[in-house]
Amino acid sequence: MTASLTLYMLAASVLAGLGIYGVLIAGHLLRKLLALNLLGMAVLLMLITLGARGTGAPDPVTQAMVITGIIISISATSLALALLLALQRVTDETHLDAEPLPPVGEDGDAAGSR
Amino acid sequence: MQLAPAELLLSLVFAPLLAAIAAVMLGARAGRLLAVMVCLVLAIQLLFLGQRFSADGPFDLALAGIAPPLGIRLALDGLNLLLLWLVTLVYLGTSLHAWASIGAGARGTAFWPPWLLMLSALNGLLLSGDLFTMYIGLEIASLSGISLIALDRKADALRAAMRYLLLAMLGSLVYLLGVAVVYAITGALDFALAGSRLPGGAVTIAALLLMTGGLLLKSAIFPLHGWLPPAHGSAPPPESAVLSALLVKVSLYMLYRIWFWMEVPVAGLVSAGQLLAAMGAGALVYGSIAALRQQQLKYLVAYSTVAQLGYLMLVFALPGAWQGTIYHLLAHGLAKAAMFLAAGNMIWALGSDRLDRLPGLDRHIPASVFAFALAAVSLMGLPPSGGFTAKWLMLTAAWAAQAWVWVLLLLTGSLLTAAYLFRVFALTFAPRSPRRRAQPVRRPHPLMELSALALAMLAIGMGFSGTPLLDVLALPPQLLPGAAPGLPAPLHLTPGAP
Repeated sequence: MTASLTLYMLAASVLAGLGIYGVLIAGHLLRKLLALNLLGMAVLLMLITLGARGTGAPDPVTQAMVITGIIISISATSLALALLLALQRVTDETHLDAEPLPPVGEDGDAAGSR
Repeated sequence: MQLAPAELLLSLVFAPLLAAIAAVMLGARAGRLLAVMVCLVLAIQLLFLGQRFSADGPFDLALAGIAPPLGIRLALDGLNLLLLWLVTLVYLGTSLHAWASIGAGARGTAFWPPWLLMLSALNGLLLSGDLFTMYIGLEIASLSGISLIALDRKADALRAAMRYLLLAMLGSLVYLLGVAVVYAITGALDFALAGSRLPGGAVTIAALLLMTGGLLLKSAIFPLHGWLPPAHGSAPPPESAVLSALLVKVSLYMLYRIWFWMEVPVAGLVSAGQLLAAMGAGALVYGSIAALRQQQLKYLVAYSTVAQLGYLMLVFALPGAWQGTIYHLLAHGLAKAAMFLAAGNMIWALGSDRLDRLPGLDRHIPASVFAFALAAVSLMGLPPSGGFTAKWLMLTAAWAAQAWVWVLLLLTGSLLTAAYLFRVFALTFAPRSPRRRAQPVRRPHPLMELSALALAMLAIGMGFSGTPLLDVLALPPQLLPGAAPGLPAPLHLTPGAP
């Protein structure tokens, strides 16, 4: 592996580290989402670096995988943004609190009861 | 007689995909009709494909005639044939439920296209013969599933969908990283091809660790289960049924393919398998106790899924339990889908999902309560039911391997399941308090009750069809090291043979 490829791999590793750190630490959902995108790009950068084959033509399989990966990442991000907008409209929240359990309060309103 | 061509495999993926696109263009009324029709068409195609399978054995299809590593290979063997049947039957039942409970109104417009898209993705994932195509299938299925959780835009459901989406993205990126490493060392993505080229050593372990970790997060295996109960508990009932019966199962299916089909030459695999099985044991105990403590019906059923997924991890420590494990996967899929539909009907009738509102319900919607009871019989593992056969097979395997801890755990698991499900029955059959007697009870649409009942009957019916089903289920080519001797000859898929 040449020096420039090592550089790409190092950059990808740093980006992946930053992404994972961000997902775990960030509170605001938009930040979490940006961090996940960073992680995604790191994985794709790693993939495309792996496809380099010296001076010859790059490996087409990794390129196809990366294009597919980008499309999936765009769809996931747009779904997440739509959910975030809806969440903000309905609850006025932009953070997920650390309470995965529902309140066992008054009338636990039934999902799908309409 | 002419056997079905291998090209028929393609239509398992493309029929629902085209129906999804048509549902976007033609609207909800056409969408729900298409969903039911597609399920029926898939069932007919599976009959033909199953006939070819029983005549010829496993077969595959290289898309556009291009062999792996560049091309995509679809393959059918006993394992995915059974899972495709599970997907089709569960989808047929839940689509009929959704026909009435979601309908063709504004909710239907948002419901039917992702619903069909998820079906297409599930079929694609099950048929694909390589690590990357499975990833695409899992992503499309998860994203459509998540958008359906948030169908009603309720605060709880939106939070659950968001949490699920973030963890699902994280899980799949970690998995993808593992796939990238596999491709870097082997230059192949096909299970058999990549597996045969994998060297032993640290890099292979890292790849296996990354792929397994990502998939464990997506299958909600204890202690990574936190996202599951709110997501499955707050989705519309047909969606909860499909999430619990199918979506968490297909990521486990991917785990099985990676562990048992890739023939990874790593020495520490046995102890790693023990660790995975220990996580399953944790899921079994924790999920059951959490289910006992729930106050809301759908959350109870959702925690039951967390617990029952634990059984599916047993096979990593006890390869002899392979048939029992897959039988449990199928029986649990049918029973849990029926249970979520029945629970949805009970909640619909009461307008509340609190357990203390249940008393007296058996008189108002006996069919749904009966469906819940039949599903419970299978989940508890009482004979005759699919759940009983599955647990019997697992118990026999544990007994034969003299794994007494697992014998004890399997029995405890059944007892705990009975405990939390009998809690529901005790409440349902209790007399209504005078204060509550005046409250109105809505009657669900007959389709909603019949679909739950039909799926529950299928779960019970699996108790009578053990031998034919187990015959279809070919053993994986190479079980973990230390597999019981005397297993039938391994079965190899030929990579790239068009």
